Parts: sequence; C-alpha cells; structure tokens
Amino acid sequence: MEWLNAVVQGTLLGGLYALFAAGLSLIFGVMRLVNIAHGDLIVMAAYLGLTATVVLGIHPLVALIVVIPAMAGIGYVLQRGILNRTLGDDLLPPLLVTFGLSVIIQNALLEGYTADPQKMNAGALETASLSVGGLSLGILPVLTFAVAVAVIAGLQWMFYHTALGRAFRAVSDNQDIAQLMGLNKRHIFGLAMALALAVTAIAGIFLGIRTSFDPSIGGGRLIFGFEAVIIGGLGNLWGTLAGGVILGVAQTVGAKIDPGWQVLSGHIAFLLILAVRPQGLFPRVSG
Amino acid sequence: MSAILKLDGVSKSFGAVTVADSLSYELQQGEALGVIGPNGAGKTSMFNLITGTLPSDSGRLVFAGQDVTRQSAATRSRSGIARSFQVPQPFSGLTVFENAMIAATQSAGLTGREAERLCLQILEQTELLSKANTLAGKLTLLDRKRLELTRALCAKPKLLLLDEIAGGLTEAECTSLVQTIKDIHASGVSIIWIEHVVHALLAVVDRLIVIDFGKLVAQGDPKTVMDSKEVQEIYLGIEADA
Repeated sequence: MEWLNAVVQGTLLGGLYALFAAGLSLIFGVMRLVNIAHGDLIVMAAYLGLTATVVLGIHPLVALIVVIPAMAGIGYVLQRGILNRTLGDDLLPPLLVTFGLSVIIQNALLEGYTADPQKMNAGALETASLSVGGLSLGILPVLTFAVAVAVIAGLQWMFYHTALGRAFRAVSDNQDIAQLMGLNKRHIFGLAMALALAVTAIAGIFLGIRTSFDPSIGGGRLIFGFEAVIIGGLGNLWGTLAGGVILGVAQTVGAKIDPGWQVLSGHIAFLLILAVRPQGLFPRVSG
Repeated sequence: MSAILKLDGVSKSFGAVTVADSLSYELQQGEALGVIGPNGAGKTSMFNLITGTLPSDSGRLVFAGQDVTRQSAATRSRSGIARSFQVPQPFSGLTVFENAMIAATQSAGLTGREAERLCLQILEQTELLSKANTLAGKLTLLDRKRLELTRALCAKPKLLLLDEIAGGLTEAECTSLVQTIKDIHASGVSIIWIEHVVHALLAVVDRLIVIDFGKLVAQGDPKTVMDSKEVQEIYLGIEADA
C-alpha cells in the first residue's frame, strides 16, 4: 500500500511537472526556441501571484485572473521585443539570450523580493484531503493534476481545431512559405510565447501554493520541465504529460527508498529513458 | 486595360552575379504572360522579387496602383499576389484542406464558413477534393503541384505567379493542368507563368517575355518571340552573325 501510495502521489506530482513543461514544449514546437529562462519565468509568475494575493488580498487561485494575462502580455512583448531578433538558422543566439534573461530575472527577483523563501497562503486548500480506497489524496495535488490535464487537452484542441493552431503548425512547418501565405511570423511567435507564459503563470501559482520558493529555484524547475518534455518525446503534448508523470513517480518512489534519493532518482529515470529511447517515448509522427 | 503590375528598373545582384538587371515591363489586368529563358537566367529570382521574399537593390514595383517595393511578403500576399513553387513546398504536417485554409484565412482574409466554402470550391476545381483530409506530406508529385495551385488560388489572388508547374508531369496530367489554368485565366486572374514545357505555356499565354542573365531580351506575341533570333540563339546556340 505504501508503494501504491508513492506511485499515486508521484503521478499527481507529475501534473505539476507537466505544467512546467507544457510551455517549453509549445515554444520549441512552434519556433524551435529552447528557452533557458523558462524556470525563472515560472518563479517570476509565482512572485507575481504572491504580490497579487498580498496587495489585493485575494486567494492565490483567484490571483490567476491577474497573473495569466500579465504573463501573457510579458510573453508577447518579450518575444516581439527581444527573442524574435535571435531566431534564425543558428540555434546558439536564442540559447545565449535566454540564458542572459534567466540571470537578469533571477537578480531582479532577488532585488525586489530578497532571497527569503516565500510561500503563498491558500488556506484550507493546502491541507484538505480526500480518502480513496485507503489512500489519502491531497486536494491540491489532485487539483494540480486535473488542471494539467485540462491545460494539455486545451492546447491540443487549440492546435488541431482552431485557426490559431493551424497558423502555429504552418509557421512551425515552413516559416518562409507561411510568410508568403500572409502570416506574420513575428506576430504568430509573439502569440505562441504569450500562450506559453499564460501556462507558465498557472505552473507558477501551483508551485507557489505547493512549496516555498525563492529567486534561485528557477534552474531546477527548468530541468524538471526539460526532462518531462524529452521523456515524452518532442512535439507531443500528451507525451509531455506522460513524461511529467514518469518523472514524478520516479522521484516519489526514489524518496520512498531513501528520502535523499528523490531528485536523483528522477534524473536516473530520465537518463535511462534517454539511453534506451533517445527520441523519447512518444515522439510526434511527422509526415 | 490598366496595368496590374509594373516593374520599373528592378535590379538585384549577389556579388558579381546579377539575377535581375534593370527589369522593366508591365502586366495588364487579366493578361497571361509567359516567361522563358535558360536555367539560371533569373526567372525564379524575378518571382522572389515580385512576392517580396527577395528585396530588390534598386527599382520600383507597382502592384494594383500601389508602390509595394518596400512592403513585406506577408503584406503583398494579403493585397493579392500569390505564387506556386517549382519544387512544391506544402505544409507537410497539415492536411490538404488545412493548407488551403491557411491561404484562405491569412492571405485572402476570409473567416469561418466563407473560407471553408472557398477552399472546398477550389479543391474541387483542382481535383483534390477527395484528398482533402490527407496529410500534404503524403501526396504524389502531381497532387503536390495541384496543392501549390490550390493554395495560391485560395489566397484569392489578383496576380498568380506559376513557377514551372507543368514540369515533371505526364502528357495527360499536363493537359488537365493546362485546362485548369485556362479556367483560372478566364475568371479574370492575371497570370505570370515561367515554364520550360513550351507547348503548355503557348496554350494559355497572350504574350511572352524572354529573360537571360537577368535581362529582358525579347517580348511580344508568343509565336513571333519563339521565332525570333534571340530565342533561337539562347536555346539552339546559333550565333546570329555567324
């Protein structure tokens, strides 16, 4: 039963990792941009959420109403103002620029909020639980997982059933031809980054309710996000969810064996999958 | 008749290689213009200059009464310039229908049902309707060429640029394609068509221009141009003053 519990808790934790990863996956899918600052953007969203809850006196989940549009706006401006200029045939400039951005965000957060760990207060939600067949499940992890599934289902639907999704796929497929068809790729990339950071806002809020955070933890979140994307297979959003779950389960099972092994066992699972299936478990079948 | 497109001294060179050497000509509204010339003469570059994927070094481009020289490819596409590529370049991860919808929504600016109706109508015209839900990456060469044409037409173009669309097709395929292009021309769309399959070209165009080394070397009535000594020289290597 204890092991089953570890697997279930790990699965739910995987929902949070999938939220970390969904934005990364989307950005890479649409514009082949590897965003090193993604983890710091998650932490920034958590701080924005914290500020909103303190200043407006609202529940963290209600703060999403403010933080999602704020992050989406930041995403659009960031893409059109800076990141679009780095995109080209060379993969290195965007890596360097987003790395620099990561350093800047971290230090700005440090200046603005100090290095003290912070936490959002979500009241009863943090401790509420329900009992299912002898297992005790926290409402918060269950909610996080449900939101992750909803976000990924929503993105998937958007990609394959809306005009915007079609434009994303067209630009991803062939940027030059898309321009000739009247698509403004700079605008489309801006929208993609806005959407990715909207998802990041959700990830940041759930992170901030679940654990305490400080400006330095972005790098770790980035790694978890990357691992989830790579385990699942590039370009496949449902794969990303599966990747998050595998990573989460590996961590909780590892922690069950020895509490010190939690993070390490996640990385080991990642390396094993990378060694056996470098393309990930469910890479997108492309035509 | 008024001019839909006017090139006025358009030039472009890459280092010592000149792909457009002060190109000047006009295309009348509703006219079908054929373009011939040896490989590497600058015919496709001329299309790149007209669509805006290649910026010109000097000269002016006027489309539908507007100076478009400084406009982006996306803007020119929305104002009615569409092209097909010699080597078909579909969005291979999208279905045939989605490929068409991109052009109809983004380039022609249609929405919802109206865009869908246009796409279905054009897919029928280009004989791709039965493959509407096939991924574009899985099409045969003829169907890819048809998709190029479909996408260009779904943009509701005023000016259609065709780049060797008949190349590599069988005789029967070519005949059916020529008929489709004739119908498009008859509907009032102005056409510039680069083609090495001369008989297909001559079945459609009203006028012919010859390009060599980025220069316009001859133009006029198709038959006269084909019989002219410039064309004989270029294609048969006969020296005029030998």
